[in-house]
Amino acid sequence: MDTWAIRNNMRKLRFQHDEMTQQQLADKVKVTRQTIVAIEKGKYTPSLDLAFRIARAFDAPLEAVFFLEESQP
Amino acid sequence: MSAHERQATVSLLSTLLLAAFFLVYVLPRYPAGNPYAPEVFHFWGWVVVILVPVSIVANIAVSIVFSVIYSMATQEQASSFADERDKFIELRALRNALYVFTCGFFLAMVTLAIGMPPSVMFIVLMCSGYGSGLVGNISQLYLYRQGS
Repeated sequence: MDTWAIRNNMRKLRFQHDEMTQQQLADKVKVTRQTIVAIEKGKYTPSLDLAFRIARAFDAPLEAVFFLEESQP
Repeated sequence: MSAHERQATVSLLSTLLLAAFFLVYVLPRYPAGNPYAPEVFHFWGWVVVILVPVSIVANIAVSIVFSVIYSMATQEQASSFADERDKFIELRALRNALYVFTCGFFLAMVTLAIGMPPSVMFIVLMCSGYGSGLVGNISQLYLYRQGS
């Protein structure tokens, strides 16, 4: 059976936005820095609400930040 | 260590302190003699009535003392801000704690069903209460450490 994982381009996008720090992004989307770290590492999948807020912080569409990837079972 | 990990550690410490208080000051006052006597139920009733407010006050006191010490040591305020991931971790820890308490409650009923004295049932209930608190705090610490 295919398994899918949500991956993200947050690290790349942060660097494209004047090397935005994790803390700056966390402050923008009103979460803790630890949450940003967990999302970037793929250990936590954000809610739709938070995902949209992160996309808005980068001024990018949602699918430019998050995408589905087939993962090995 | 994040603010929430520190809070979970403090909560774990206060649960352990309360367990020590229970073992040192409360259990030795258990009325000796007939295990089915009304005094036994009276005793356990008072234990619960006293321990609930004591545990709430102790938790608040330990948290305040910790916040003061932390602020003095690091010159920064302990954050109480909880985002969606903190709430998610809290819920998962609570779920684990409830599993433990449910098992403990079932075990307490088993002791009654097989004819053991009611005091055994109360002891199992108290232990499952403390056990669930410990499991909740340890789960929280584990989930934060794991980074989920």
